[in-house]
Amino acid sequence: MDGASIVPVQARPKRDAAAHARSLHRGGWGDTLFFNLTRASALLVLVMLAGIIVSLVIGSWPTIQKFGFHFLYSANWDPPADQFGALVPIYGTLVTSAIALVVAVPVSFGIALFLTELSPTWLRRPLGIAIELLAAIPSIVYGMWGLLVFSPIFARWLETPLAASIGKLPVVGRLFSGPPIGIGLLCAGFILAIMIIPFIAAVMRDVFEVTPPMLKESVYGLGGTTWEVVWRVVLPYTKAGVVGGVMLGLGRALGETMAVTFVIGNTNLLDNVSLFSPGNSITSALANEFAEASPGLHTSALIELGLVLFVITFLVLAASKLLLMRLQANEGTRS
Amino acid sequence: MTTRESLYARRKFVNNLALSLSLAAMLFGLIWLIWILFTTLSLGIGGLSYTLFTQMTPAPNADSGGLANAIAGSAIMVSLATLLGTPLGVLAGIYLAEYGQKDWLSAVTRFINDILLSAPSIVIGLFVYAIWVAPMKSFSGTAGVIALALLVVPVVVRTTENMLRLIPNSLREAAFALGTPKWHVIMAITLKAARAGVMTGVLLAVARISGETAPLLFTALSNQFWSLDLNRPTANLPVTIFKFAMSPFGNWQQLAWAGVFLITAGVLALNILARWLFSKKNG
Amino acid sequence: MRVNIPGTCLGAIVVALAMQANAAELTGAGSSFVAPVVAKWADAYSKATGTQVNYQSIGSSAGLKQIEAKTVDFGASDAPLKPEELDAKGLVQFPVIVGGIVPVFNLPGIQSGTVHLTGQVLGDIYLGKITKWNDPAITHLNPTIKLPDTAIAVVRRADGSGTTFNFTDYLAKVNPEWKSKVGSGTSVNWPVGNGGKGNEGVSLFVQRLPGAIGYVEYAYAKQSKMPYALVQNASGAYVQPDEATFQAAAAGAEWVKNRYYVVITDQPGKNAWPIAASTFVVMQKVQDKPTQAAGVLKFFAWAFNDGQKLAAGLDYVPLPPNLVKSIEATWAHEIKDTSGKAIAYK
Repeated sequence: MDGASIVPVQARPKRDAAAHARSLHRGGWGDTLFFNLTRASALLVLVMLAGIIVSLVIGSWPTIQKFGFHFLYSANWDPPADQFGALVPIYGTLVTSAIALVVAVPVSFGIALFLTELSPTWLRRPLGIAIELLAAIPSIVYGMWGLLVFSPIFARWLETPLAASIGKLPVVGRLFSGPPIGIGLLCAGFILAIMIIPFIAAVMRDVFEVTPPMLKESVYGLGGTTWEVVWRVVLPYTKAGVVGGVMLGLGRALGETMAVTFVIGNTNLLDNVSLFSPGNSITSALANEFAEASPGLHTSALIELGLVLFVITFLVLAASKLLLMRLQANEGTRS
Repeated sequence: MTTRESLYARRKFVNNLALSLSLAAMLFGLIWLIWILFTTLSLGIGGLSYTLFTQMTPAPNADSGGLANAIAGSAIMVSLATLLGTPLGVLAGIYLAEYGQKDWLSAVTRFINDILLSAPSIVIGLFVYAIWVAPMKSFSGTAGVIALALLVVPVVVRTTENMLRLIPNSLREAAFALGTPKWHVIMAITLKAARAGVMTGVLLAVARISGETAPLLFTALSNQFWSLDLNRPTANLPVTIFKFAMSPFGNWQQLAWAGVFLITAGVLALNILARWLFSKKNG
Repeated sequence: MRVNIPGTCLGAIVVALAMQANAAELTGAGSSFVAPVVAKWADAYSKATGTQVNYQSIGSSAGLKQIEAKTVDFGASDAPLKPEELDAKGLVQFPVIVGGIVPVFNLPGIQSGTVHLTGQVLGDIYLGKITKWNDPAITHLNPTIKLPDTAIAVVRRADGSGTTFNFTDYLAKVNPEWKSKVGSGTSVNWPVGNGGKGNEGVSLFVQRLPGAIGYVEYAYAKQSKMPYALVQNASGAYVQPDEATFQAAAAGAEWVKNRYYVVITDQPGKNAWPIAASTFVVMQKVQDKPTQAAGVLKFFAWAFNDGQKLAAGLDYVPLPPNLVKSIEATWAHEIKDTSGKAIAYK
């Protein structure tokens, strides 16, 4: 027997369609069926989701035609006069989501770290469920609790000290100027952070747990501390999952309506950069005005707002994929 | 101190710092949870009683009343939406992770799926309105189920794909080496190993749709009365809570907070139940 | 989500089967201004006759869209349609209830019902021209009250609403600068102010911000016990907001002549509340489902009679009897089935 025939035909990876079909056939009809089933599901998902985007484009066509790109940088939102500019909601969405990420990602990382490395085993399940419980609370509660209970305390214990300390610095201080009333962009961003923590933390915890113990043991064996194991082994191994979890949380933050609309102040004015000032977000504007919007330009402008949100998500996603690709390209270059 | 000792001391310090910060993060998360739950409980506890489950949504300033129709409607719609969306999402996630590393379909689906993760739920509601409610000339629970399922799918696809990708190839290769067909490898081995993560995704999705108001507003609407006919407007908890909480009537407000408590407790119970049923029985 | 789903479902199915026997169902959607009253009526009506009227508040514009699309049996809107619009869309409208909007404020130590404002001053406040409570324009109207040197924190509605429609309509009628700069509508381009979500959001903001002023439905202000200000009416008098003054505002209007296109803000009459509002039920002129239409008309006929006490209990004002008569005449005249016959609902 020569060497070639010892290697079974399956092991030779040929990528042409014929070989693929043959390999499926070898697995029997079960494999073909399953492959087609999952492919059909993916196709169905694609069709459904694409349908949503298409319907958005169709719905917003009148305002796209009338305003073009002006829609994106004009701050003039005037329904009775049929003038629509989305700068304020776009700004508000971006700022509140950024604040939410800045607060939530480190906290979620800390929580995932605690749950996987520090916590005693018997405590893991209950604590994990407790964190996931934050996701179970309906978003209207966040909004009402935020307005009723949280904002006075936020104004007194966080905004006032911030205004007194960082607010006095030259450039950065402009971000924290103005009356600390407790409602506005900063409060909305903070509440969003609390909302997205369970999503990011849960995913991070799950991916941390799936890290092969062998990899971790190898660093422990070299005398590494727990932190070093996490920072240098677990995190790089799971970075795709971590980025995925952050995207999940970011998605929730960008699309959240109820929690934001109660505390963001819903003002269509953009006269200062202070985070204390009230603003507006895309979802809040959409939810507030859609039911009462007159058919025609107003409705179309609101649908275009929804489309803009999708475009923002698209851009953020593309950026994160690029980031991931760069990180993965660096793998193996450092020894 | 020698260089080695000082190096070690520094590493130890960083380690302790990092771990105490993670403890602080955990406490941070718990504080909010406890605070919000406490507020919910204190506002809603007056409304918690047996009648919550047996009586229907009352008129303003009525003496009695409950949330029976809303609870039933929500339970049915959430269950159906999960049953509809989870298999679809899991299968699509399997395709993306196991079959679709290189082809165009998975790349595009993956991308669009991630975009839709952040879809404002009101947009989904409007879409279902356009394709289902308007042609059928009636608000219906079925439309509500479709809208909720459309919210479940992206989350499940994302988490399923994530988790499956993290399962080391050695597991799959071991199964292949034993001659197992691919579909069996996926279902019996890989998916089982990723079970906990997939379950997390499903539970997160359920938690999300249990409290969503906007998609139901233009699909299932809501119903003041008992409504099990899914072809008509169906009562549900989130819309009812929204309506009641924003009203000035004391009995309505109290029912709203009691309803909030119910949703949270319900999702918690589901969480515990699901984890227990699907717990890893290593053996 | 719930433990013991099978058991609950089984029980639910049994109950549902029992209840499906006689439940005829009518669906309506629209204005949230009128939602509590319709809910109360529907509850009592279902106990009296077994017919279920399911009304959901999704907003006036959404309600109009639904009745045009025929996805509901009737819609309700705070903003009436002009006669040309009614003709173009094949709809007919009629008022069902009258209510009022009051300005509420947050000034510690100052009693409810004592602060006097004119429409001009109110408009200037909302334009951002008057910024302090002790501005001469306000103190001139309130010589006996010591108004503080506090900045006015303007609060208005974030979401589109009929309440905003009526409030801005009033301001446009009495403040020319408001009319040219901002106009009226369910959502407008507010020059200043924080936006609260719903009446609840506005009231919470007003309670939180010192020196705040906002506007809410009277029923809301009364139930939440918020201090409100008085506004001068078209005849120059300051009246308290209550059933009599709202009804006075409704009584002076020319309803039938304009096919009910009347916004009852700034109505003449010494006893009229200046910011009164009514909600209109909108139905299709040609009914594809005459039994449903008959059910709707029967429900409202009942509401105009037996429902009056219930409405008053929630601080809404029932319609004067002659208005009810002309509305019922309109039904007989305008709402017909596909063959041209009037709908018999009695």
